[in-house]
Amino acid sequence: MAGKIYSKPIVFTLMVTVTVLAGSIVMMAYPMLRPEMHPKLENLRPFTALQLAGRDIYQREGCVNCHSQMVRPLRTEVMRYGDYSKAGEFAYDRPFLWGSKRTGPDLAREGGKRPDSWHLAHYENAQAVVPRSNMPGYGWMKRNKLDPATVKAHMDALSMPYTAQQIAELSGKTEMDALVAYTQQLGHSVEKPRAAGGFDLAAVNPFGSSPQAIAAGAALYAQSCSVCHGDEGHGGIGPSFTENKFLAQPGYGTDGEYFAIIAGGSDAKKDIGRPGLPDGGMEAFGSQIPPDGIWRIVSYIRAQQLHEGGESPATEKREHDTGGKH
Amino acid sequence: MNEEYRYDYKTVEGYVLSAIVWAVVGLVVGLLISVQMFAPALNFAPWASFGRLRTVHTNILGFGLGVGAIFGLSYYILMRLTRRTLLFPRLARLQLWLFNVGILLALVTLAMGHTQSLEYAEMEWPLDIAIVILWVMFAVNVVGTILVRREEQMYISLWYIIATVVGVAVLYIVNNLSIPAGLLKSYHLFAGVNSANVQWWYGHNVVGFVFTMPILAMFYYFFPKSTGLPIFSHRLSIVAFWSLVFGYLWTGAHHLVYSPLPDWIQTLAIVFTLFLIAPSWGSVVNGYGTIGEDWGRMKTDYLAKFFILGITFYGLQTVQGPTQGLRVVSQLIHFTDWVPGHVHMGTMGWVALTVTASIYYVIPKIYGTEIYSVKLANLHFWLVLVGQLIFSITGWITGIQQGAMWKALTPEGTLKYTFMETLVKNYPYWHVRSLGGTIFIVGMVVFVLNVLLTIQKGRALEAGGKTAAPVAA
Repeated sequence: MAGKIYSKPIVFTLMVTVTVLAGSIVMMAYPMLRPEMHPKLENLRPFTALQLAGRDIYQREGCVNCHSQMVRPLRTEVMRYGDYSKAGEFAYDRPFLWGSKRTGPDLAREGGKRPDSWHLAHYENAQAVVPRSNMPGYGWMKRNKLDPATVKAHMDALSMPYTAQQIAELSGKTEMDALVAYTQQLGHSVEKPRAAGGFDLAAVNPFGSSPQAIAAGAALYAQSCSVCHGDEGHGGIGPSFTENKFLAQPGYGTDGEYFAIIAGGSDAKKDIGRPGLPDGGMEAFGSQIPPDGIWRIVSYIRAQQLHEGGESPATEKREHDTGGKH
Repeated sequence: MNEEYRYDYKTVEGYVLSAIVWAVVGLVVGLLISVQMFAPALNFAPWASFGRLRTVHTNILGFGLGVGAIFGLSYYILMRLTRRTLLFPRLARLQLWLFNVGILLALVTLAMGHTQSLEYAEMEWPLDIAIVILWVMFAVNVVGTILVRREEQMYISLWYIIATVVGVAVLYIVNNLSIPAGLLKSYHLFAGVNSANVQWWYGHNVVGFVFTMPILAMFYYFFPKSTGLPIFSHRLSIVAFWSLVFGYLWTGAHHLVYSPLPDWIQTLAIVFTLFLIAPSWGSVVNGYGTIGEDWGRMKTDYLAKFFILGITFYGLQTVQGPTQGLRVVSQLIHFTDWVPGHVHMGTMGWVALTVTASIYYVIPKIYGTEIYSVKLANLHFWLVLVGQLIFSITGWITGIQQGAMWKALTPEGTLKYTFMETLVKNYPYWHVRSLGGTIFIVGMVVFVLNVLLTIQKGRALEAGGKTAAPVAA
């Protein structure tokens, strides 16, 4: 009997269909009926028109081919990126953009980690900001203006709430603006654990001005800090720390304060009690660099302040012209 | 060429030639993006940037080379196994033209950035509709021709072709359901976690129903035909077929291990993934059992080694895949270069070896002649084998290294490496990988030349009226 189906194509095809549908129904269709597949976090906001335009560009450029947006609940992953991804974060994501390859870093917690100015510089020329990066340049997006009517149509298709003013504000905005806006809202619905807190602001650097510590600190600085604060601490995307200012107020900070801002990032500004730049968004390095390393960077910062801070612009220029090393 | 079959054989040849053209395009794009991985300056224009071309590469090779070869070779198998011509010959020819227009439009729109961002379902909705029409045309011819067949029993390969048609229909239509937002823009009908689950139910099964079922159809037909050895166990084929068709659909969520998808879906998918080793190896054992009847064929029949190495990579692939699904392995290698290493063993190993061997069998048969050069075919074999191994193995090494570096901690409990430190360690391996890809492409160029020269030889014979007797089934 069973052997007969191989000479009955219709019956055979129906049997194949039933067999294919079995797993599909249990694993794909049935879960849709369960509320656990449709959660929404309390803090989750729909995309604004500018953010959705940025998301469209993120899709168009295939960013998802190299960047995941899904932090797995693994210790090192949470340390590197931030809190692990929650099902309720993605209620407005059509389609999901978790990705399957992480050629570049995960972006699920990228929002607010760095200032807009960092992203603008990085999207324009990634290698200028992160040496040896393999990310393509997207400077051309600065020249492409958004089309408010298209964005509006996309908002309508998704039934996203918007105001006429929001759409009007899109004119004149570039694709780059939209992409940055999208990047900066990533992970907004999950409260960021405060990296800062509990720092001893009066702590004294155990390494002081030991030459070995300065040298080691310089190496760490070149790796993690010079991208934003310049090769010698004169600033760039982030502020200078050699001009007798700290967090936008006159006067240098204490050793403990420098330790706090490096380990805790912008969150530590409150503890320190200085305002910093309005759009400042320093990353917290506490989970990436061990405390001894951070203290060595502080040693280097102090050395630079002594050395560079005392220089007149003229000496500084002369040193550069003669290729002088610091 | 056999007069009765002439028109349909020309259609088959058309599919094979189309697949070859798309293969060259897709491979060149693949080589370019592999170099872009370490030479970002090669992202010289928006349409030529990695993010867009990666999608072009997978779609052109999967749907241009892969599906083109599947349509053509399935039609050939269908005619042989039903002992008749296609029921709707002109429909098959129209389908061929539509297929090529569709792939060309896919190439252009994907390079322009029109994508649904769903892996292997990137083409935007108007192209999705065209693809559904293509498959309906194919299904009508397959089912129609089988219904009026002149051979009572349906052989194994026909089971797999029927399963392909049914599977692709269900998978493709559901995952491409979307909300149109313009002529070339749409949003997935499903959101968030649900979007992820539907996509990977599709994504994994498209591997099953495009890169497994129809390729097994080719294997079960062309391997015994080219070696003259009967298939080892018919009963094993039956068990393997039904358990494969049943098991595949449960496994997609193993792509979402450690994601926010509910744990029960992940776990059930992992369990079924382990189960899937059995039916996959059913076909592997069948292949080895068949050649086991006479291992000497590996030396005397130049195609035997293509099929045996092909089924060997299928066997390795279907053990490696389930291993990757395990949580303990997934946490190390997921998101790393291990994954492209794995994929390319399947595509460059199993699929490419089986498809090219099948084409080597079919093209001379439809002209009643012999392959242009067995020597060139052997050269092609060794080049693609070496190229593929270099590619896959460097991928696995890179992946394990990067996964381990991502997880490394200092004694103080902080992360040992910055992300960039883990990335720059990949560069030497990416160079080697491009070298492997280059060797593979050289092998494929040899294949293309061999096929074209065979066709030229066949056409010259035809023109001279010296065609051999009609091909025996």
